[in-house]
Order: sequence, then structure tokens, then C-alpha cells
Amino acid sequence: MFSSPTPELWPAPLRPIAALGGLVLDVVSALGRFGRFFAQAVGYVVIPPFKFGRLIDRIHFIGFRSLIIVVLTGAFTGMVLGLQIFLTLSRFGSEAYLGPAVALSLIRELGPVLCAVFVTGLAGSALTAEIGIMKITEQIDALQVMALNPMRYLVSPAILAGVITFPLLTAIFDVVGILGGYLVGVELLGLSPGTYFGEMKTFVTMSDLMTGYWKAISFGIIVPWVCTYKGFNCGHGAEGVARATTQAVVLTSILILVWDYFLGSVLP
Amino acid sequence: MIRVQGLHKRFGSQPVLRGIDLDIATGEIMVVIGRSGGGKSVLLKHLIGLLRPDAGTVAVDGTEITRLRGGELDRVRERYGVVFQGGALFDSMSVSDNVAFPLRERSRLGAAEIRGRVEEKLEQVGLSGMGHKNPAEISGGMRKRVAIARSLVTEPEIVFFDEPTTGLDPILVNTIHHLIVELHRKFRFTAVMVSHEIPEIFEIADRVAMLHEGVIVEVGSPEAVRASANPIVQQFIRGDIETVPAGQRR
Repeated sequence: MFSSPTPELWPAPLRPIAALGGLVLDVVSALGRFGRFFAQAVGYVVIPPFKFGRLIDRIHFIGFRSLIIVVLTGAFTGMVLGLQIFLTLSRFGSEAYLGPAVALSLIRELGPVLCAVFVTGLAGSALTAEIGIMKITEQIDALQVMALNPMRYLVSPAILAGVITFPLLTAIFDVVGILGGYLVGVELLGLSPGTYFGEMKTFVTMSDLMTGYWKAISFGIIVPWVCTYKGFNCGHGAEGVARATTQAVVLTSILILVWDYFLGSVLP
Repeated sequence: MIRVQGLHKRFGSQPVLRGIDLDIATGEIMVVIGRSGGGKSVLLKHLIGLLRPDAGTVAVDGTEITRLRGGELDRVRERYGVVFQGGALFDSMSVSDNVAFPLRERSRLGAAEIRGRVEEKLEQVGLSGMGHKNPAEISGGMRKRVAIARSLVTEPEIVFFDEPTTGLDPILVNTIHHLIVELHRKFRFTAVMVSHEIPEIFEIADRVAMLHEGVIVEVGSPEAVRASANPIVQQFIRGDIETVPAGQRR
């Protein structure tokens, strides 16, 4: 365990260095706790007894409750893409490529990322707030004294539920988005349906689908991991829960974008 | 028997427990009194195994729980029931589900048997027919009683009460105290209660320990504590606001 140096005990010229050292130690220590939290959660996913009831509850909490927002945002994302890409392609006389352009944008990039960001806002923030309130009202202590491990009961099922639900939600987002693009490109702007879907079959490959799939799975780990961690480590009172919820949403959204860039440059 | 020896705990630079020694006999009601912020709840959390001491030990029937982790600690905790200060009821569950929760998670009892036990416990705490309600829909006194029912449903050997009457009116305070005494007579568990309800707790305690500034300054029967010559004890019992001179402490 690290202990941060106390800059005021150092000679004045060295204090900025001590402060910087303290900051680095704090960050490394926090990352260590964050990583250990994840390792414990994964451990309880694979070590029995399993909490299947909690897993179903978390699938409902993260997946089912996010369904309407995913469908709604997926539809409008696809419609906006359909309109903007059509207008761009029409400048080059390449409107025929609208279908593959919409599909590739959604499947490789926008589907997993936007879906994860929206689910973070809806279910991730609720996860943090729920666990935070359980912490400040001693409900997590109550679980412990009932000989129930809070990690096994609250965190592991949420991460497993994320891995299961995020690819499904992303697939729904993609399909609805492609239909949204179809609505605008074909029904409103006059592209032929055969061109929209036919060119899509030519250009969208299995590796594109797998790229989106791996992104969705990794976001399905990141979102519940960060959100439950923040809930478990929230401060005191309502203010502590509110701050933890904000931090969870901001940190998760940033991590989603950073990880998306990383995966985008590594995956084919 | 619970034996606490040389228990020390500090949070940052703030010492909270400064060498607690206390024996709690099997089957007795031990009440720990002291001023708010004096470390009573911190002591209780050490007895439950929610906090680890900086130094010292807590032994339950010879098993040193301060050294235990994971499954070993859970096996000791299976003998415990705990009533938290705010009840710590799960607000996503009904009253019945809250009381049934430890049985569903820890026992192999069937649904019908669990239902029977839950109804029996709710009846014992005077809440028959309230099982369908949500914790948010019932009063503070009822929530405390639900918490007591939940803590007793597994028939524990040791029950910890963390200020079980905080925030209740005097009539409800007496109601909860009488309920605890009645249940203690019936089930003969060891009760460890943290409270600052003076003088009510003298009526229910077998022994009283006074915690002041991180140490136990007096322990004995209610009569002995009432008659204590220690000015800190007398000041607390009388509720005087003047401070005790440093030379007369302990």
C-alpha cells in the first residue's frame, strides 16, 4: 500500500516534486484498486456459487430497461446518417453506396459506441446511484453480515449481464439504424431498395461485424465495471452519491471513446 | 463469549479506539453507552468484522475473528444477527422479502417453510399483515421492527443492535426496548447493544459499559454504573454539559 509523501515536510525547493510524486502515487494506487476490484468481480463470475437470479435481474436492469432508448436513438442515428451521407454522396454521384456507408458506419463504429454511451446514461448511472445509496444506508454492510459477498451479489452479475446484453443491444441499434437510413434514403429521397440493401451485402464483411461485436462486448465490461466501482466508492450522503454518479458517467464515456479508438486501430 | 482485547483503531490521524478491553458473556444483554462520535459504532463494526483493528483482537468463543477472512469469517457471521442504526432494509424489496432474504440466500429451507418463518417473525415484532408493504411505506418504528425481525429470522446466537431506537419518540423507544427484552427471554441470544438512551437502557441491560474517548471507562451492572464515582459516567448519566477536568478522567 502506498502512502503519499507530505510535501510540507520537504525543503521548499523540493515541494513541487514531492507534490507531483504524491499525485503519481495516488493515481497508481487508485488504478490498482480499480484493477483489483475488476479481478475480484471476474473471480466471482467463475467461482461458484453463482447468483443466477441476480444475473436475470441485472439483464433486465441493464438490457430490457434500455431497449426503448436504444431503439429510439438507433432509429434517429440511422436517419441522420442516411440524410447526411446521401447529401454527401450525391455530390459525387455515388448515392448507390448509401446502404453500405450507413451500415459500415453503424456496425463498425456508431452502433457500439453510441449504444454504450446511451446505456451508460440510463442504466450505468442507475447502477452507480443504486449501489451508492445501498452503501450510505448500510445495505452493503447488511449483505456482508448476512455472510453474502457484496461483490458476488452486486458487481459480478452486473458485469456478466453487460457482456450478454451489450452485443444484443448493439445489434438492435444497428438493425434499427439501418432501417432508419432506409426510411430516409429509399422512402424519402428516392433510392431504390435493391440498391440500398444489395450494395450492403457486397461491402459489409464478417470482419466488420466482428469488430462491432468485440467493441460491444468490451463496452459491456467497461460500463458496469466503472459504474459499480464508483457506487462502491462513493462519498458520504446524497452529495457523495450524486458526485459518484456524475463521475461514473463522465469516466465511462471517456473510456468508451478511448477504448473505441484503441480497438479501432487494432482490429481489422 | 466475546472477548475484546487491546483494540485500537484510527482513521487518518484521528484515534477512535484507544485500547478497548471488554468481555461479553454468553446470553447477556450488554449495552455500550457513550457520547455520540465516541466510537461506539466503530467498536460494534469491529465485533461484526466489518472493520479491522490497527491493533488488538476480537475473539468469539475463542475464535479470533480479526484474523479471519472470506468464508471463515462468513461462518462466524452466520451466527450473527445485526440491527443497523437506520434498519438497512433493502428498499427494492417488500417487508416480507427483506425478512425472508437471509433464509433464501443462506438456508436450504423450502418456500413454504420460509414463508411460515417470516410470518412468525413479523407476528413476534407486531407487524402481522404488513409483509406486502415496501419499507418506504412504513414508519420509522416499523422499519426498526422489520430490521429486528430480519436479524432474528435465522435464529442467531449473537445479535448486535446499533442504536436501535435512534430517532424514535419515547413511547416507541420503550416499545422497541421491551420487544428486545421479550425476544431475548424467548430466544436467549447474546445481545450487544450500542445506545445512548439514558436512563431507559438501565432497565433492560444485564451489564453496561461506558465508552469515552476511545476507552471503556466503566463496566458493570446497571446499578454499579449508576452508582459509579467516575465523574465522566455521572456527567453522561445526568446529561450535564460542563466538561470534566482532565485530571479526573478515567
